[in-house]
Amino acid sequence: MSKRKLTNHLGIGIIILTFLITVVFLIVFILRIFYKGYSVLSWEFLFSSPKEAMTAGGIYPAIVGTFWLTALSIALALPMGIMTAIYLKCFGRPWWFVKTVRIAINTLAGIPSIIYGLFGMAVFVNLLKLDVSLISGALTLAILALPVIINASEEALRQVPNEFREASLALGATERQTILKVLVPTALPNILTGAILAIGRVAGETAPIMFTAATFYTRILPKSLSDEVMALPYHIYALMTEGTNSAKQVPIAYGSALVLMILALAISAIAIYIRFQIRKKRKW
Amino acid sequence: MVKAQIRTEDLKLWFGENQVLKAVNIEIHRKLITAMIGPSGCGKSTLLRCFNRMNDLIPETRIKGKVMVDEENIYHPKANVTEIRTRVGMVFQKPNPFPKSIFKNVAYGVTIQGKLNKSETQDRVEKSLRDAWLWDEVKDRLHESAFSLSGGQQQRLCIARALANNPEVLLLDEPTSALDPQSTARIEELCLELKSRVTILIVTHNIAQAGRISDYAAFMYLGELVEFGETSKVFTVPQDKRTEAYLTGVFG
Repeated sequence: MSKRKLTNHLGIGIIILTFLITVVFLIVFILRIFYKGYSVLSWEFLFSSPKEAMTAGGIYPAIVGTFWLTALSIALALPMGIMTAIYLKCFGRPWWFVKTVRIAINTLAGIPSIIYGLFGMAVFVNLLKLDVSLISGALTLAILALPVIINASEEALRQVPNEFREASLALGATERQTILKVLVPTALPNILTGAILAIGRVAGETAPIMFTAATFYTRILPKSLSDEVMALPYHIYALMTEGTNSAKQVPIAYGSALVLMILALAISAIAIYIRFQIRKKRKW
Repeated sequence: MVKAQIRTEDLKLWFGENQVLKAVNIEIHRKLITAMIGPSGCGKSTLLRCFNRMNDLIPETRIKGKVMVDEENIYHPKANVTEIRTRVGMVFQKPNPFPKSIFKNVAYGVTIQGKLNKSETQDRVEKSLRDAWLWDEVKDRLHESAFSLSGGQQQRLCIARALANNPEVLLLDEPTSALDPQSTARIEELCLELKSRVTILIVTHNIAQAGRISDYAAFMYLGELVEFGETSKVFTVPQDKRTEAYLTGVFG
């Protein structure tokens, strides 16, 4: 065998190997969670409260809590993120202010999530006196989601062909009308894909809500923005680190992890489906 | 004599340091077709885009001189740019319908102005599509995406969209260069039909096309308006050697 062929085979071999390692890890990971968690899974587990100091019962309050935290934070971050992206794309001449905003966004994107938690505690919980509550957690998660949404939205706006803008302006539209009637509607599907990915991220975060929203145990579902809530990721963390009966707690933790994982995968699947639909329709 | 529809006075334009138009003086006649010809980069498209201020979109553009549309200087600091662009419509080189329905594309101009009610808008859309010879082909699928149309149909849709604003002037920037010969022929015939109601300016690389449809022809070279006159005269007895050279294919 010639040297060239040998290096070729070697290269392909390494690529296949790395691919296999990734796949094996993913499969082992999913199987492990599934194996450990599915035994506790039932309708009762999904729709009842924890009982007997977390050693029995279900995770319903945690699911509801995660739902509200996620929904609120996205509802806060999405309009803000889209408007920021519009500003950066359409009006953002490169002066110092815009440069600073960009640096801020990219820095935010790289900050460890525990720092968001500490920031949320310092600002929302203590300074603004919102206490440990649904709203404090949602605000903290919103800041976490913001860079993801801004970057996705700006990219989506950038992908709108310039011809659309020219056509609109040439028909006597103002810049504002062009943005609202052509740019944003055209970019919206891609913006939403970004938003859905942000949902996936927000739903799974533990650290930002640890000091701002989450409580170890409550049987009561949140009734107002100032209530403490349970949340799936924090619930798992609590089950694994606190309490005394680990033999009973660990399976519940794995069950919760399984639910959380399915939730996150489902959200990603929605994102992929939407993107697929857009690509099918897009013709420019 | 009736005043010119569009008139420029010593129009000069720079992109950054680069002077693209050198003291252009031209009078565009009402309800006739004026063709602008010349080699690539001679400034003919740039001149066209001065007439509806589309050059404003390009950063670092500087303009001196006047552009009078109906004896109103459209570069006056107080000029209303959006109003000018409804009076002076434009069709681009590449058909550029919005990713919306056929109906919404044509209704776009009147919708953003918000002056017409629903049934008036419908009437305007139908009339514009009829005027652009597209009505019969699309009347049963007005709410389908504009992208479902062929290239030639898309370009006629863009013409209909511009006509819906009831413009006085229609600027066509190489409107057929992306189309097949049949679609091109249809658009040329359409131009001849439309000149009874609008003044048409067409930039074209196609000398034969200019000869077929235009009443007046302007030859531009290196940012200068070299020759301007009745097409029949410019094409048969050009006054300038450069015009003659271009028309006979010595360069281009």
